[in-house]
Amino acid sequence: MSSQNLTIVQAVRDGLYTEMNLDDEVLVMGEDVGKNGGVFRATEGLWNEFGDDRVIDTPLAESGIIGTAVGMAAMGLKPVPEIQFSGFMYPGFDQIVSHMSRFRNRTRGRYTLPMVLRAPYGGGIRAPESHSESKEMFYAHEAGLKVVIPSTPYDTKGLLISAIRDPDPVIFMEPKLIYRAFRGEVPEDDYTVPIGEAAVRREGTDVSVFTFGAMTRPTLEAVENLEDEGIDAEVVDIRTISPLDRETIVESFKKTGRAVVVHEAPKNGGLGAEITATIQEEALLYQEAPVKRVAGYDVPYPLYALEDYYLPSVARVEEGIREAVNF
Amino acid sequence: MSVLQRDPQDQVRVLDEDGTVVGEVPDIDDETLVEMYRYMRLARHFDTRAVSLQRQGRMGTYPPLSGQEGAQIGSAIALDEQDWMVPSYREHGASLLRGLPLKQTLLYWMGHEKGNEMPEGVNLFPPAVPIASQIPHATGAAWAKKLRGEDDTAVICYFGDGATSEGDFHEGLNFAGVFDTPNVFFCNNNQWAISVPRERQTASETLAQKATAYGIDGVQVDGMDPLAVYSVTKAALDKAKNPGEGEGRPTLIEAVQYRFGAHTTADDPTVYRDDDEVEEWKAKDPIPRLESFLRETGRIDDEGVEAIEADVKQRVADAIEAAESDPRPDPSEMFNHAYAERTPEIQAQYEEFEALREKFGDEGFLRE
Repeated sequence: MSSQNLTIVQAVRDGLYTEMNLDDEVLVMGEDVGKNGGVFRATEGLWNEFGDDRVIDTPLAESGIIGTAVGMAAMGLKPVPEIQFSGFMYPGFDQIVSHMSRFRNRTRGRYTLPMVLRAPYGGGIRAPESHSESKEMFYAHEAGLKVVIPSTPYDTKGLLISAIRDPDPVIFMEPKLIYRAFRGEVPEDDYTVPIGEAAVRREGTDVSVFTFGAMTRPTLEAVENLEDEGIDAEVVDIRTISPLDRETIVESFKKTGRAVVVHEAPKNGGLGAEITATIQEEALLYQEAPVKRVAGYDVPYPLYALEDYYLPSVARVEEGIREAVNF
Repeated sequence: MSVLQRDPQDQVRVLDEDGTVVGEVPDIDDETLVEMYRYMRLARHFDTRAVSLQRQGRMGTYPPLSGQEGAQIGSAIALDEQDWMVPSYREHGASLLRGLPLKQTLLYWMGHEKGNEMPEGVNLFPPAVPIASQIPHATGAAWAKKLRGEDDTAVICYFGDGATSEGDFHEGLNFAGVFDTPNVFFCNNNQWAISVPRERQTASETLAQKATAYGIDGVQVDGMDPLAVYSVTKAALDKAKNPGEGEGRPTLIEAVQYRFGAHTTADDPTVYRDDDEVEEWKAKDPIPRLESFLRETGRIDDEGVEAIEADVKQRVADAIEAAESDPRPDPSEMFNHAYAERTPEIQAQYEEFEALREKFGDEGFLRE
């Protein structure tokens, strides 16, 4: 299979393009996704390729976008609505939690919503207010939704195609800090990366570091730096926040007995809490040290003059790992 | 008869594109007219410099206002001191007139929370970023004034054409109609919500006519005609405070205008709109239009214009220098305002944060 060297945002575009070519029922909708190609260019060129009925510029109305996608999906289409920034999903929150997540359950499986709600999320790009939040746990807490967060171009395309083919609604959150930070090999054809499986990015024996999205980069860098201090860390990229791959998490922890979780969402109620609880429930007797969480703080996401202080830095990740190892 | 008593499709105009009087000139003193011009020039120059600062990497993403000075200044100058203003994120000119120094606006877009610290006595809400979300706030604020019997106070709320598609627009205006609150809803219809044209937002012929559905007055005004904007805003504010027999307090104003530049410095308008359209609208520029009127009527001359130009440049340069020489925010500020008092969790996080900064120094702490 021939492949291309793409960024994450290009892999999103490529995933949409590939699947729209294969399946006439897939359509893209949202604000500025058509002629403008999306504010981050994730839908660039799709309007030229597929026309007005499959790449739809909508009025500026998140509840309307998500709500109409719910209706389309119930009728068998596979809409992939884009919300421009995850910070603007809230006007559509009612549609997400009252309808998108519950349609299958309410109709006892008679109807389902094969839709994928995409949104760039997370901080670190010097964006204005309401453009940097990391609120993936709102959606992970809601039964009926799947929540996917890729961290590499390869995974992005493969997970997006899986999401579009999934019979259940998927929230696909794209870490915009790394939209264009690096490139990776992405096959030109269609392929899938399974939803619900974490990936071990680096094997190690001293400590397990669990992370996802944009934080995989500082985490891998921190782990590399700590090799010099004789620390051999394993890095697990969670990839799917819900359903969570508890098996991979527990397996890794049983091997190392120590865990650090790195995420940019606020510490309170973040994925770190869920991973810690899982370890307590399933591997308590293997535990050598308290689980350390390196996370965003429980304060409103600051304007960008201070965002570097808010987001976990390499130094903070390193220190977290040292704490877990030297307990 | 009030300027508001007309069909919502009948656009109010005072000056034509050349600045010739074609409607009823509002009753404003000469000094205020010249101030109006000065503030429009100030807003334009500020905007030009702000875009340039962003391009030089001295400021973050910024939403330009050029083209909208007539609507912003013409409306804001009609407010009384006790009135309140609820802006979107593009009302740098209107906010300036309300009392927010340019330095604050710069600091906000430079990423400092301090830019939102309103000076004492300035009746202004912080800029609202999520579209239309400020509209219900404005209704609530006006409602509170009414409930408290502060009948001399009205609330003006700004938003764009795209905002009229949001549920919050509907809910805010519906409440205002039902509870007869002293609101002026000022829609800056600048034709484009980023790349999506007004026709893609609504099949309504005008945005002003949406008022009918809420049982409130709707009026369309030439938004690039500052005198017409002043007239309708003043009439709407007066009615909000002192409605006549059988009149309702709230009004929806649709100010028809154009943004000359990008939605924000992050988008490229050449991708989605034609140069011809931009040129067509630039011919309606509110600034030369007002200047021509002021010159024709002997209110300003070359000397006056030059003095204003020099003053405007100086004020913007001073604001930029003041904003750039303002100390970086102290990182611990981040922990100060999530709650009135830090919770124990936040206090613990703050202490850990400070200990790490102490241990590594800021450079080490932020190392990537």
